[in-house]
Amino acid sequence: MSVDWIKSDRQLAREALLRARGRRSVTAATTSTVIVVVVAVALIIASPGWPRVRETFFSWDALVTSFPDVLRGFLLNVFIFMIAEPIILVLGLGVALVRGLRAPVFFPLRAAATLYTDIFRGIPVILLIYLVGFGVPALQLQGAPSDPVTLGIIALVLSYTSYVAEVFRSGIESVHPSQRAAARSLGLSHGQTMRYVVVPQAVRRVVPPLLNDFASLQKDTALVALLGPLEALRQAQIHVAKTFNYTPYLAAALLFIALTVPMARFTDHLAARAARQRGDG
Amino acid sequence: MALLTIDGVWKRYQDHAVLRGVDLAVAPHEVVCLIGASGSGKSTLLRCINLLETVDDGAIYLDDQEITDVRADPDEIRKRIGIVFQAYNLFPHMTVLDNITLAPRKVHGVTPAQAEAQARELLARFGLADKAATYPDRLSGGQQQRVAIIRALATNPRLLLLDEVTSALDPTLVNEVLGVIRELKQSGMTMILATHEMSFARDIADTICFLDQGTLVEHGPPAQIFDTPQNPRTREFLYG
Ligand SMILES: Nc1ncnc2c1ncn2[C@@H]1O[C@H](COP(=O)(O)OP(=O)(O)OP(=O)(O)O)[C@@H](O)[C@H]1O
Ligand SMILES: [Mg+2]
Repeated sequence: MSVDWIKSDRQLAREALLRARGRRSVTAATTSTVIVVVVAVALIIASPGWPRVRETFFSWDALVTSFPDVLRGFLLNVFIFMIAEPIILVLGLGVALVRGLRAPVFFPLRAAATLYTDIFRGIPVILLIYLVGFGVPALQLQGAPSDPVTLGIIALVLSYTSYVAEVFRSGIESVHPSQRAAARSLGLSHGQTMRYVVVPQAVRRVVPPLLNDFASLQKDTALVALLGPLEALRQAQIHVAKTFNYTPYLAAALLFIALTVPMARFTDHLAARAARQRGDG
Repeated sequence: MALLTIDGVWKRYQDHAVLRGVDLAVAPHEVVCLIGASGSGKSTLLRCINLLETVDDGAIYLDDQEITDVRADPDEIRKRIGIVFQAYNLFPHMTVLDNITLAPRKVHGVTPAQAEAQARELLARFGLADKAATYPDRLSGGQQQRVAIIRALATNPRLLLLDEVTSALDPTLVNEVLGVIRELKQSGMTMILATHEMSFARDIADTICFLDQGTLVEHGPPAQIFDTPQNPRTREFLYG
């Protein structure tokens, strides 16, 4: 039996004021952005070295000639990323779950998982790329991979899995113990409790930090260049060596930005949504 | 024959003995209310019965099987005991229906269709038929607590443990939950409740147990405990 709601004059006036305030905010934001950009550009252009920098870093011709090769190389970066990411997710969750096993028979597994995360989080990615990329082939093991892309992917997976495992573990530990108690009291086993109750809640919470790690993985695919495959950075290096013009690096940078910025905005969006949900609850 | 027998159970946390040799027998269809001051050990006793805590001495028997036997499988025993906590502990990432059907499907091997039918029947019985697809955070406190009770019932437990299921609710919501418990008593469910609602305890219990500092000081029918308590500590707790 609801009465139809006709907005009162008071509410209409209120909404008009809110709209006016919104317009003022947009104007203020635009003005201040324009001023900052203009000042920054003016400072750079007025600097004594600018003409030379423009020539070596912002050459349109060099950009156009190098771009197809750099783009082709960049596809290899994307490929490396697409292969490494799912492997890292699965292994990371696996390591986190192993670290959560309490039964004594699992002690060796648990100890190995702890040792692994401790060690690999401590090694700089660039070092790991060298160690795996040159160390594994030097062993001359039967069946060990020798292709630099595969070796690069292995090094990235080793390094990032240790980070991602810790992210998952913190997510798992953030689920309140009463949730486990409730699940166990319903008769669910440890495994079922993890699978149906704890992990789904943990995963939801760690999506923003995980995406953050993946943005940095996207960039670190460039480190595989050290092993020689013709990815974006390597292609850019080749062009730079030929022409002594650094613009190809800029081309590579732009491509990486084009990939990571949407990811960063998406992360923000998810984090904001999670915050709103917490606020509701 | 008793459905549940508690025989000289001790529980200590570090140096603090929370349960000091508690004895209690619960018959089938009996409703037992545990009363006592905050910290007297009511929740601890319920958690021991559900094997969420291991006892430090004594034994607990369910249907004449010793469930505190270290060789017993806790998961198997918990299938026969339902527990509802003070804070609702519903799974926030699942709908009401999934909360209720999880254990029947995954633990008891009931088919999804059958589990759902049974869950809907229980929801209808307790006035929540339209909430099946809702997530817990969209429910009122009283509704959440009723869902938690239904979730515990959905596995057809032999024994239901209820730990202060109304203490987080405001007074107007208390009655809807108490109504559910009344109906369960009528249907013959064996229950042990920890509660601070004295008038409700008097109304529903077959036996009242007064716990004081981990000791079961006095137990008997409500009329006896509330009107003619024998022990001075019981008198002091009830009449101040
Ligand atoms: N995990 C624990 N570690 C240490 N001490 C604990 C633990 N759980 C409970 N205790 C202690 O055991 C005692 C009994 O607690 P319990 O929760 O059983 O009391 P209660 O009778 O349920 O009280 P309330 O009416 O407030 O719920 C308290 O002194 C409490 O501090
Ligand atoms: Mg309690």
